[in-house]
Amino acid sequence: MTTTVEPLTPRTRRGAELMLLILAIGIVLLAWVTTDLNRNGTVPANIIPIAGGFTALVLAVHLVLRWKAAYADPVLLPITTVLNGLGLVMIHRLDLARGKLGTDGDAYRQIIWTTLAVALAVAVLFVLRDHRLLRRYTYVTMAVGFVLLLLPLVPGIGRTINGSQIWISIGPLNFQPGEFAKIALAIFFAGYLVQTRDVLSLAGKKVLGFTFPRGRDLGPILVAWVLALLVLVFQKDLGSALLFFGLFVAMLYVATERVSWIAIGLLLFAAAVAFALSAFTHFQKRVDLWLDPFSPDNLERSNQLANGLWGMASGGLTGTGLGAGRPYLTSFAESDFIFPSLGEELGLFGSVAIIVLYLIFCERGIRTALGVRDGFGKLLAIGLSFSVAFQLFIVIGGVTRVIPLTGLTTPFMSLGGSSLLANWVIMALLLRISDQARRPMPEIPVGVAADEPAPAEVTQVVRLT
Amino acid sequence: MNTPIRRLSVVIAALFTALLVAATMVQFTQAKTLNGMASNKRTLLDSYSRERGSIIVGGQAVAKSVPVQDQYRFLRTYPQDELYAQMTGFYSYAVGAPYGLEHASDDLLSGDADTLFVRRVTDLITGRKTSGATIELTIDPKAQAAADKALGDNKGAVVALDPKTGAILAMVSHPSYDPNPLSSHDLTKASKAWQTLSNDKDKSYLNRTINGVYPPGSTFKVITAAAALENGVVSDENSSVPGPAELDLPLTSTNLPNEDGRPCGPGDKTTLIHALEISCNTTFGSLGLELGGEKIRAQAAKFGFGDALQIPMRVSVSSVPADLNAPQAAQAAIGQYDVRTTPLQMAMVAAGIANQGRVMTPYLIDSVRSANLDIIESTPDPVELSQATSEQTASTLTKMMVSVVDHGSGARAQIDGVEVAGKTGTAQHDPGKPPHAWFISFAPATDAKIAVAVVVEDGGVTGSEIGGGRVAAPIARQVMEAVLGR
Repeated sequence: MTTTVEPLTPRTRRGAELMLLILAIGIVLLAWVTTDLNRNGTVPANIIPIAGGFTALVLAVHLVLRWKAAYADPVLLPITTVLNGLGLVMIHRLDLARGKLGTDGDAYRQIIWTTLAVALAVAVLFVLRDHRLLRRYTYVTMAVGFVLLLLPLVPGIGRTINGSQIWISIGPLNFQPGEFAKIALAIFFAGYLVQTRDVLSLAGKKVLGFTFPRGRDLGPILVAWVLALLVLVFQKDLGSALLFFGLFVAMLYVATERVSWIAIGLLLFAAAVAFALSAFTHFQKRVDLWLDPFSPDNLERSNQLANGLWGMASGGLTGTGLGAGRPYLTSFAESDFIFPSLGEELGLFGSVAIIVLYLIFCERGIRTALGVRDGFGKLLAIGLSFSVAFQLFIVIGGVTRVIPLTGLTTPFMSLGGSSLLANWVIMALLLRISDQARRPMPEIPVGVAADEPAPAEVTQVVRLT
Repeated sequence: MNTPIRRLSVVIAALFTALLVAATMVQFTQAKTLNGMASNKRTLLDSYSRERGSIIVGGQAVAKSVPVQDQYRFLRTYPQDELYAQMTGFYSYAVGAPYGLEHASDDLLSGDADTLFVRRVTDLITGRKTSGATIELTIDPKAQAAADKALGDNKGAVVALDPKTGAILAMVSHPSYDPNPLSSHDLTKASKAWQTLSNDKDKSYLNRTINGVYPPGSTFKVITAAAALENGVVSDENSSVPGPAELDLPLTSTNLPNEDGRPCGPGDKTTLIHALEISCNTTFGSLGLELGGEKIRAQAAKFGFGDALQIPMRVSVSSVPADLNAPQAAQAAIGQYDVRTTPLQMAMVAAGIANQGRVMTPYLIDSVRSANLDIIESTPDPVELSQATSEQTASTLTKMMVSVVDHGSGARAQIDGVEVAGKTGTAQHDPGKPPHAWFISFAPATDAKIAVAVVVEDGGVTGSEIGGGRVAAPIARQVMEAVLGR
């Protein structure tokens, strides 16, 4: 194990963040104006309030960071700004194509959601002075996570959209509780694993060079597996099931350093997928569509995947230019297929840039996980980073035919309030943890220190083989 | 815990690498394949939003793309409505371009032809919008209008050629249709128009001049006469030939009668020229018996029967059946028994005779220009399809056909001051219906400027040679007059 040596007086880097933010806002506003110029030949009339509002929102977060988390990572907020902004531009662009203007537009709703998401992120930064406070709520978050995950199955409020029952409706609002379950479960896994990691990592028999856990220690992974199965079978949502189970296995591995957990996890998931494939035509169709999206039969059934691919292909290297392509031909161009929509108009260069932005986002998360001193923080940071990376892989891999298409949202970009709120909260949590990681003198709030074990790096692990 | 975090970050890096590779595959490596897929609506929309080349006749566009303010950017219009419909075809968002030049010359009109490659590259570099090539046709607008007017409400076809070059001067097929509703951007309107057109029992979408296949009837006797002269069965137009009231066909109990039941000359004998003037069935039946099926077939093939032509539209193949026995050969010699021809083919027969026996390959496209009017393909050099007869035979046939118009069944094709050569035809095709009326002709007889074939469906009178002469000959006359400036 390596120990990172912090400089004695680390800089806060808030100045760098401000510079990057100005660049990010510039990119988004340029994209917005280009779209209108390409579509209508005019600069949009409402550019001043939109530019002002967007800048004010983002700068507010920046100021809160200066005040409440001065040492937070300086790159996360600018990346989030660009991604959220480009998503907004594409949603606005699709509004223009569909003649949905002003308050009828999806962009209008998305702007409101962005405002709420920023407010929620600021609230998290205010309320949560230290991420370790979350450890107190390990089992509360477990309950919340499970409830959120299974909420769409409750008759009356659960709703099936596109064959997957991952939505709930309360009054006029549609919500995907899975997005929040992801956060709750990451907190729970971190709290739970940091407690039990010793027993999960040490006890067990050695078979074929792998140390396999004892039968009774298999409990937690089996519970997670059953939960994922429930999601798979009753919500018919392979994407969410894959995300939750993948998140758990990844965090379990990080906590225990045991490769055997990954092997067990993969086996269990393979069994679940094999079962789902043999039992439900819904999944067979998805696989069929994935393997041959262009066969006449499959085009008849759903040309969504094919349309997304054609869209990206028509963009080529340099793209058609914002507002000049035809992303509106693809269904769900503003949600599940927002990445192909952007790929069509920004080209391969744009697609690569977007993927690389996400990569840097995750890299900053991983850096935070490496830098933070407590085990809970490490697990939470890597868990949240991994969840973003894995979700992105599932959704973009789905639309680019790496894996079968499953319905997940593209973090920060897709149209939809729940996704936006949840991902801004994830960013706020990562900012909070990174502030702890980079702060020169860790100040441990009273009440947390008492049940905190010594820093993980110091603990000597004695393997009993 | 940092070691597993680092290891996990490698996994995350691998996931991102997969996405980067996949995006590159879709947007770069496979982009061309994906863009070329037939069901790709974006490619279709791209081609619709490109300015398609015009089709020009006599300096006027008969098909052109005009800019409009909608997602397709250009609307394809046909200013002459029905007049050029079967020639141009149509370009429809709802059903594509199944017919005519819009189909056959799509790569030129859309700008995708290989000959336009250099231009496409410069378009890419200069940022100019790629647009299609403009096609200029050989059609003489006066001849086209005259043919359209003369054919009137009749079902049928008129096609005119320049005998010396093979250039198509007129091409009219009735009934026609208006291609404009089909190219409408109102998809419901376009699909409805397509429904109406594709279910039309008169098949107005069919270009009858090249894709209508008819029995040629007595017009085929010209080919039989050519075969007889070429094979030395007769020496010239005044040779004596049999002309009984009824020809006894071997191997069968049926006989081949003359329409009027009378012999064609005294003592059941007549001259070849007179036999053609009055379209004597028994004379040409007996010549058919004497020649045999293969020689008739070979002579027809020299005029173009059996050839698959593209002008650039695909022309249906005209045919004389193979392996004819004696009675079948006698019937084929008068243009019955499964002999099938397009009006264009019969125009080529007339044109071949007019051009000293040389049949020229017919063509419709005179020149191709790029959007900025650079010539891409200039007027093609005339191409000889075949030497169908000797010059001697051609001049004998010309004399005989002039006589048909001057003294025989084709009198209604006479033009003051111009020697017209022609041949009437009445082709039975369905016992319950009147026969088709035919007329093939060219003028002036000695230095022909135009050859015409006319067919009027169900336009004849059963049991009479009058149909071709009365209905079809005046139509041919009006077209020839238009071209000769009379």
